[in-house]
Amino acid sequence: MTSQPYGVDNVAAKQTPSVELPTSNASRSLAILGRLPGPLIGLIAIVIVLSFSSPYFLTVQNLMNIFSQVSDIGIMAIGAALVIFTGGIDLSVGAALSVSLMTGAWLNHDHGVPFAIGVIAGLLVGAFVGFINGVLSNYARIQPFVATLATMSACSGIALFLTNGHPITGFPAWYGALTETRVFGVFPLDAIICIALFFVAAFWLQFRPSGRAVYAVGGNEEVARLSGINVQHVRVGVYVIAGFLAALAGIISGSRLDAAIPTAGQASLLNVIAVVVIGGASLAGGSGTMLNTFIGLLIIGVLNNGMALLDVSPNLQPVVIGITIVLAVLTDRRARF
Amino acid sequence: MTAPDQRGLSCRQLTKSFGARPVLKSVDLSLRPGSVLGLVGENGAGKSTLNMIIAGVIKPSEGHMILDGVPYAPASPSDAQHRGVALIHQEIRLLSGLTVAENIFLGRLPVRNGRLDRKRMEREAQETLDVLGVHVDARRTVSGLSMAVQQGIEIAKAIIRKPKYIIFDEPTASLGQAEAELVLTQIRELKAQGTGIIYVSHRLDEIRHIADSVMCLRDGELVANWETGPVATQDIINAMVGRDFTFEHHAPPPSGERVALKVNGLSRAGAFQGISFEVAKGEILGFAGLIGSGRTEVARVIAGADRLDSGEIRVDDMPLKYDSPRGAIDAGIFMVPEDRKGQGLHLNRTAGENIALPWEKKLRRFGMIMRAGIDKLAGIQKQRFDIRGDLTQPAGRMSGGNQQKVLIAKWLVENPKILIIDEPTRGVDVGAKMAIYEIIRKLAADGIAVIVISSELEEVLGLSHRVLVMSEGRQRGILSRAEATPANIMSLAVGA
Repeated sequence: MTSQPYGVDNVAAKQTPSVELPTSNASRSLAILGRLPGPLIGLIAIVIVLSFSSPYFLTVQNLMNIFSQVSDIGIMAIGAALVIFTGGIDLSVGAALSVSLMTGAWLNHDHGVPFAIGVIAGLLVGAFVGFINGVLSNYARIQPFVATLATMSACSGIALFLTNGHPITGFPAWYGALTETRVFGVFPLDAIICIALFFVAAFWLQFRPSGRAVYAVGGNEEVARLSGINVQHVRVGVYVIAGFLAALAGIISGSRLDAAIPTAGQASLLNVIAVVVIGGASLAGGSGTMLNTFIGLLIIGVLNNGMALLDVSPNLQPVVIGITIVLAVLTDRRARF
Repeated sequence: MTAPDQRGLSCRQLTKSFGARPVLKSVDLSLRPGSVLGLVGENGAGKSTLNMIIAGVIKPSEGHMILDGVPYAPASPSDAQHRGVALIHQEIRLLSGLTVAENIFLGRLPVRNGRLDRKRMEREAQETLDVLGVHVDARRTVSGLSMAVQQGIEIAKAIIRKPKYIIFDEPTASLGQAEAELVLTQIRELKAQGTGIIYVSHRLDEIRHIADSVMCLRDGELVANWETGPVATQDIINAMVGRDFTFEHHAPPPSGERVALKVNGLSRAGAFQGISFEVAKGEILGFAGLIGSGRTEVARVIAGADRLDSGEIRVDDMPLKYDSPRGAIDAGIFMVPEDRKGQGLHLNRTAGENIALPWEKKLRRFGMIMRAGIDKLAGIQKQRFDIRGDLTQPAGRMSGGNQQKVLIAKWLVENPKILIIDEPTRGVDVGAKMAIYEIIRKLAADGIAVIVISSELEEVLGLSHRVLVMSEGRQRGILSRAEATPANIMSLAVGA
């Protein structure tokens, strides 16, 4: 394509049908390869390279570890992706994780509330943070970046304030089992929860009117509104889901560490956004799928795991993630034009 | 120096194929300085391709061009501009946060002593605007200016580089009749100064007024070429479509007296006030008026897209209150909006998904929307509205005419009580236009109350039983079909 948008509609309409039908076997298999999602090709390439570089990489034990390591990031990424599909952004997911986790633990530890009730309260806190995000960005008309930046700041403060920065430990045994249980002795329970949630989200986006409205709003808000969709409900809804899922991720990360740490979610924000972007979603909204987001999650998980196996300095690992983001976006653009 | 008889742009046997598909077949063109060449044809006839070749956006597969006696093969749009050939795009693309002068000089800001020479920039911009008759202060920001003024600024931006040849690609597509007249005046001024102009428009009366010669493309071929003088509009139309065209699509007069929609004293601050009218079942009420007269704003309020400040809306004699498009849809009032890209369709989603969007809740089977359900609905609408093309492809890949049919099909999955249709044929070719008129006529014949809004007077006259004329946010009168002559409508529309 030329860089001139002049008459793009016309030219595009004329050029696209001219894609030749594959004639040989080789070009047919190339065409199939071209139809695979870009992130999946990247994931396969990384897996191939790593399985040759480390004998331990391709063992069942290690693969299950990978799933387990990224289950909390994955659960958060579902919510963050939904927000991004509508054209918004949620910077507060990490902080929402911290504040909801700390609220639950603090109620239990300092106020004698039964732990299960504390966990539920934490989930409600997460959903409430999302609700605030939705109201600020939709009704108060603050740009989502700014609104969620503000709630991120406030939530990380509250998380520290509750216990004056001290972690809380000493939970019931069943809580630890959440991340230690291996279903059929193999599959980590938290990974199964994460994958199940991806399925639910994908189903919702594909088959339910309210889920499909996410794309309609992200693609063009005015078209969606004139089509009778309540745009603000959709927008607020995805923030509430994002907050709730961040809280759920907090429960899992607390179980894994057997401690509620006020800064638990601090590092996760960038990983979460990276997962969604590597999965090919546009920050402009209207595009992206749960399948690709899941592949983005696996890319991050496999890369982190592989670099640890290969003894790459932890300080260099974010550099590799950065390069991956750029590569993912570049290849995605090539595929689209 | 070149001899006088060599001056001009001449194209010989220009051919362009995308893949195996030829879109331009051996087209000749010659343009003299100080003359206007009208270029007409349906959407997809090859006009844009021809223009893009001349302006250096794309290269021809075959053929050559000569500019003022010298071979001309522009490598890029900026190369073409250096040679004195400019293209003014159909879409206005000004940066709304910058001033008028900054927009005009964008990319070539004058510099003095290492700093922006703002004084010189603003002076020269103002001079150019004044010459064109665009009344705007070069120092103000573009944001908030009318479409007509913005189009004038686009023209100023092109001529500040003093091109010898200018291609205007539908400069009046988004303008009303009075605003369009301003643009035509500017073009006459350029012509008087010796500029050679290629003028593309779907509005054939403009071509008739302004063009010294007319060429018509159909399916990439030059099918007619009138060298001199005014050409009868009907001749041009027949050449474009290869058959006869008419605006006349009168529905039968509404049978009963049953009023479908009645509005009383509608007002919205800053947009319009005191609007009262009624539409009977089976009646087509036309809205006429200049752009900015408040026509569209009234329609948007009735369709729930904007909030009503005061007044009453009654459907089937029941007063209604709603503050969202959903409310209007539930009351049986559907609106086909004027702006396909911005308000009507998701261009990157499939045509079928676009059609299904307002109806998803009704498409559910066991709570789920299945692809098969969407495909089935799309198939039905494709048949009903004669949509050409694959409805499982993104809507943005379809031609303007088919996109418009998709947009209409989207709103006619179920019959509304009241259909508001704003600019039903904007950017649509003549063949699709007739099909759309026929659709509207049939809806009225089926007893639906229709409101048609259009900047094209012939369109309003050809369809409507009665015409409501607006200017400056006020209702100036409702004319019966007998009273609704172009002269009567225009005199009300300009508030005389």
